[in-house]
Amino acid sequence: MGGKHYLPLTDEDRREMLAEIGVSSVEDLFSDIPREVRLQRELELPSPLSEYEAFKHLNELASKNKHFNNCVSFMGAGVYDHFIPAVIKHITGRSEFYTSYTPYQPEISQGVLQAIFEYQTMICQLTGMEVANASMYDGGTAVAEGAVMGCGATRRSKVLVSRSVSPLYRAVLDNYFNSRGLEVEEIPIKDGYTDRSELENKMGDDIATVILQQPNFFGLVEDMEGIADMVHGHKAVLLVSADPLSLPLLQAPSEYGADIVVGEGQGLGVPASFGGPLLGIMAAKSKFVRQMPGRIAGETVDSEGNRGYVLTLQTREQHIRREKAPSNICSNEALVALGAAVYMAAMGPQGMREVAEQCLQKAAYARESITALKGYDDVYAGSTFKEFTVTVPGDPAELNKKLLEKNILGGVDLAPFYPELKNAMLFAVTEKRTKEEIDTLVRELEGWK
Amino acid sequence: MRKSKALLFEMSRPGRRGYSLPSNDVPEKSLDELLPRKAQRSEPLELPELSEVGVVRHYTELSTRNFGVDTGFYPLGSCTMKYNPKINEEVAVLPGFAFMHPCQPEETTQGALELLYNFEQGLKELTAMDRFTMQPAAGAHGELTGLMVIQAYHRSRGDHNRNKVLIPLSAHGTNPATVSMAGYEVVQIPCDDRGLVDLDALKEAVDETTAALMLTNPSTLGLFEEEIIPMAKAVHEVGGLLYYDGANLNAIMGYTRPGDMGFDVVHLNIHKTLSTPHGGGGPGSGPVGVKERLIPFLPVPLVSKEEDRFYLDYDVPETIGKMHSFYGNFGVAIKAYTYMRMMGAEGLKEASTDAVINANYLMSLLKKTYYVPYDRICKHEFIVSAKPEKKKGAGAGDIAKALLDRNFHPPTVYFPLIVDEALMIEPNDTEAKETLDAFAATMEQIAKDIDEDAEKVAHGPYNTVVGRLDEVRAVRNPVLIWQKDKE
Repeated sequence: MGGKHYLPLTDEDRREMLAEIGVSSVEDLFSDIPREVRLQRELELPSPLSEYEAFKHLNELASKNKHFNNCVSFMGAGVYDHFIPAVIKHITGRSEFYTSYTPYQPEISQGVLQAIFEYQTMICQLTGMEVANASMYDGGTAVAEGAVMGCGATRRSKVLVSRSVSPLYRAVLDNYFNSRGLEVEEIPIKDGYTDRSELENKMGDDIATVILQQPNFFGLVEDMEGIADMVHGHKAVLLVSADPLSLPLLQAPSEYGADIVVGEGQGLGVPASFGGPLLGIMAAKSKFVRQMPGRIAGETVDSEGNRGYVLTLQTREQHIRREKAPSNICSNEALVALGAAVYMAAMGPQGMREVAEQCLQKAAYARESITALKGYDDVYAGSTFKEFTVTVPGDPAELNKKLLEKNILGGVDLAPFYPELKNAMLFAVTEKRTKEEIDTLVRELEGWK
Repeated sequence: MRKSKALLFEMSRPGRRGYSLPSNDVPEKSLDELLPRKAQRSEPLELPELSEVGVVRHYTELSTRNFGVDTGFYPLGSCTMKYNPKINEEVAVLPGFAFMHPCQPEETTQGALELLYNFEQGLKELTAMDRFTMQPAAGAHGELTGLMVIQAYHRSRGDHNRNKVLIPLSAHGTNPATVSMAGYEVVQIPCDDRGLVDLDALKEAVDETTAALMLTNPSTLGLFEEEIIPMAKAVHEVGGLLYYDGANLNAIMGYTRPGDMGFDVVHLNIHKTLSTPHGGGGPGSGPVGVKERLIPFLPVPLVSKEEDRFYLDYDVPETIGKMHSFYGNFGVAIKAYTYMRMMGAEGLKEASTDAVINANYLMSLLKKTYYVPYDRICKHEFIVSAKPEKKKGAGAGDIAKALLDRNFHPPTVYFPLIVDEALMIEPNDTEAKETLDAFAATMEQIAKDIDEDAEKVAHGPYNTVVGRLDEVRAVRNPVLIWQKDKE
């Protein structure tokens, strides 16, 4: 039987309907498919499962995986084990939200549209920007599309990206740019930070966008002072990829002159889900709105003067501008953005600040405790937010294997991303970690080798 | 009934809290000791302050101002708004899936990799492709991935003059936008009187600059491109490739497969065909499948199997690189995989059969009242043109608003562009005959209403929480965020 109960037509329905259509068999409805391309056999797929069998099968697959509920995670690199308030799944689980399409008919989509409008507002409150879109796929594609926005705004075709920006995001950026014939040049790092003098050397009137990350991939807080002035001096655009959970403590990117702010919003109450769905945040100063990709909700009024919301500025978008659209994005991560909005609304300014402070304090405690051990040192000195890098006395994969015996998901090995960094790991410590968990990690590290 | 809903910000009260966090149990340092003063935020964070119940009631009320598939019939053409099975939602949030980090050691992710691997085997069989990447996070993202793979293939052969991608005029707007994004030029191919791609025009257009033909089959008109074999031949003969936009795969599962029609690259919208919910605009998922010769160009990592071990495979010699920070929308793949396992081969074919029966049945009912420009057997969807009604004073958009008043989600309107006053209707496989009958009766009533008082219909809707919204004003005077001082 499997999933056939999803199909309500009965045999009698089908007979009646075929009669109404005026054909004698189902086959007549498919006669337009040329015989040469017709599948002359049935599809070969595993036999159908009933709902309970499917649950059992999926549950078996899930139980083969380790996860944040049966391990203590110190993994980061863009996806984190942050606390997720229970309210989120109850709201995103309301089927009026999750079974709807993109809100093309605003009068019956005010729920999603107002939620997007509120989400846009809260993203702007966090970043200090003036406009935000309804979301991008993830942090990586948000960086790439933000960089393209800069090219559109300046009519230039080359961008500079710091090597301290997530290598995962840079990989997506390279790919997007390579394909459309735009150029990416890397700004080297010095002691883990964007090399300021290299940036100044490479800067010129041919540069569209300068891309930095705050905190950077190593968790370090970059010194942003003076960068925007220098970038703007060349009429270029400053794009910053920011961790939204750092913003209650760190300067809003507007404070140091960023023009476009993107970021990975997974920390805002989004389950890690093996890396997707994630949430690409995109915000900017209002002068860039025409270059901004994706859906944007705006306020308006109805025929009686009641306030309401619509998708707006759609002449930017693919379904109107077709090949002249700044991006092809249509479906985004709307439901994830809704969850993030619920997170921000529930946490409020105090809750988000508390999360940020605990990340900062707990990561600092972990960093200090680990680097006090023999054989473990800072890779880079300097202030960090919730992530930090340490050299370890051996192969990170071996270390992680050992930690796993204690149900600890250790750090991320840096060598695949930065071949020059051998035996170096990136650890993340969120507000969920306790002193005891951190102390256990430290003890295990101490006992290794 | 009509009323605006207060915004979160207007309900905020200083000091109100909607969260509960453990207290910090590590020795605390001063903020200045940990962060340089100049890097610290100087302005206090302005976010709304609400209680937990306040948040819940706010969003619950918002949800009542929204229409989903669970609310009612949603025949939005080309969007395949079929029922989203509840078991899919249950399994996707199992902790062993939902709370996994993407960088976890391989031995802790075997279940997830096995799922992705098996899902890929199913997709390969469904489409007659040889390998899939799950990285694209939506259909449009899949289109871009597919074109990048095609581009990398041509470049690898030193074939640098292919700068054009051919697209039929009936195509969805994402196709041309994707083509530009991939750095290609768009060449539009007209349709003939039957609504099919004009084969002669296509033959005329192809040459050694053709990188690919992008095609949705069945098309956005709901018609199967019967001349797909000569079309494929024409493109392949000049060295071009065929790209299959899977938006409409729901019509043909088990009947024919893109790979068997000659396509080299496919993307699927699994939030359409494979039943995963659309979430009010995502997350979707747009896996891309390719034929053998294009496998070396797929994004990394792929999911591979060696004996009993599944692993993330970075050994893709000429890979285009990465399309997503990690492996795409895994959480969505879980749901589609579950659906596929429950439907099996027979169930998927039956879904396509019922989608096509429903579309043809509804068309035969509606053509008694409305003008159907392509009056022939359709696949999953069909087009009604409200040109005659427009002359009476109420067009496609007005009919859509009239449907809102009667608790139906309207069809897609004003698309495809090649039909005036188009209503693009896709009833899909999970709707009952009675629903279609009720919809047809309602459409008939709306036609009568237009005959009697078109002016009234042109000013609807009347029963919705807000009236017709002024979209022009929203563009002329953009208000894109709430601002304190503006209230």
